[in-house]
Amino acid sequence: MAKTRYSIVQVLAQAFRGQRGWAPVWRDAEPKAQYDVIIVGGGGHGLATAWYLASQHGITNVAVVEKGYLGSGNVGRNTTIIRSNYLLPGNVPFYEHSLKLWEGLEQDINYNAMVSQRGVLNLCHSDAQRDAYARRGNAMRLHGVDAELLDRDAVRRMYPFFDYDSARFPIVGGLLQPRGGSVRHDAVAWGYARAADQRGVDLIQNCEVTGIRVEGGRAVGVETGRGFIGAGKIGLACAGNSSRVAAMAGLRLPIESHVLQAFVSEGLKPFFDGVVTYGAGHFYVSQSDKGGLVFGGDIDGYNSYAQRGNLPVVEDVCESGMALMPGMGRLRVLRQWGGIMDMSMDGSPIIDRTPVDGLYLNAGWCYGGFKATPASGWCFAHLIARDEPHEVAKALRLDRFAQGYPIDERGAGAQPNLH
Amino acid sequence: MRIICPLCGERGAEEFVYHGDATVRRPHPDSSAETWNAYVHLRDNPAGRHSELWYHAAGCHAWLVVERDVRTHEIFAVTLAQDVALARRPVTA
Repeated sequence: MAKTRYSIVQVLAQAFRGQRGWAPVWRDAEPKAQYDVIIVGGGGHGLATAWYLASQHGITNVAVVEKGYLGSGNVGRNTTIIRSNYLLPGNVPFYEHSLKLWEGLEQDINYNAMVSQRGVLNLCHSDAQRDAYARRGNAMRLHGVDAELLDRDAVRRMYPFFDYDSARFPIVGGLLQPRGGSVRHDAVAWGYARAADQRGVDLIQNCEVTGIRVEGGRAVGVETGRGFIGAGKIGLACAGNSSRVAAMAGLRLPIESHVLQAFVSEGLKPFFDGVVTYGAGHFYVSQSDKGGLVFGGDIDGYNSYAQRGNLPVVEDVCESGMALMPGMGRLRVLRQWGGIMDMSMDGSPIIDRTPVDGLYLNAGWCYGGFKATPASGWCFAHLIARDEPHEVAKALRLDRFAQGYPIDERGAGAQPNLH
Repeated sequence: MRIICPLCGERGAEEFVYHGDATVRRPHPDSSAETWNAYVHLRDNPAGRHSELWYHAAGCHAWLVVERDVRTHEIFAVTLAQDVALARRPVTA
């Protein structure tokens, strides 16, 4: 098929042709009998992995198999926030690598993902919390990440409509990462899919993996609804369902599946410039380019494979929003949905080999997977291509739990619903 | 989601605190590191019927074992965790 390169010339030419000249963005591929690499999961991470396998490692005999349609899972269910404001050494370099890839993504894949570095601000509400944010900001700056500690007046100049004088949780300041922001999430899946397809990667939709064939301790292919597909190597990138798919190869993972909800309000004129997180409850909000407030909070807190949430968390999220921004009470919620998270035992992800030869695991993203999409794909492709972990992902090991090296940002212990 | 507490009757899930898989059993202190790792970290995480621990924090403070389908939130059975533990205690008489 024609490999259209998107540009302003293309857009203008199409404008004069009534937009009738656009070709399908990717092929609807039929599965071949054998691939060098099969990626299970056609979401952001799987598609990014396929793209970096092709573009960075020259491996193009690759299939991405997806049980539904591309991007039907969490890449289209998140609140679109990107940031790298982490504390622990195992995490900061990885998420900063991801943010750097976001900064060059659109040129890399020739697709407008609307990457918008509008700044991520974490509010603090007590002296102790400000101290904790100062520590986090210092850890970030020691890793070369941008961070600014703002006082109350500086926050007020940015967001005059917050409730600064709440008797219980007054806003005393915040930690700002100016390079953080938001990205149009569907475009990330579509952009990676189109770019990978143009390098020859087969994107196979409506093709659910029902089994992983292991012969002599080595994974040799996947059973699917459309027959057996052989593979030299298999990468699992199906967060939310990682436990189910890994179980097909006899693995038991340090993961529980939980549901996380997100919300969009009716559209408003632009008034909310960046991304803000409330420090006294779990609440984060930004305004989409269409005008709706996009916000979310905690996971529901119990195992769930249902892509919908329960009302107590809806109430909790809206209460947090009202405490931060009382004017929000005038808004109507337009949409609400749920996605299934791989909640790992320490709150951090896994990119590693597995005890089965030729089977690689990308899992445990908790509710932080979207911002990690480029680095996840980059490091997973590196792992699959070279059989060794990428420098910035070498702490994200599967055996870190057994070895006693968890990466527990929240210090909550092995209790997934607390991360 | 609503849970029928054996002591309090039907209550909203927001009254309860979740503690995860009820099938994992604390190993003997002398067990191997692998056994302890499996107990602390590894879970079956099934997409279907799941046996799980809930604590009635805003009610009678009882620990419950709830049998629930995690795809539909249908609840099949709720038992006091104490009764579950007593039923599986080995008979030593």
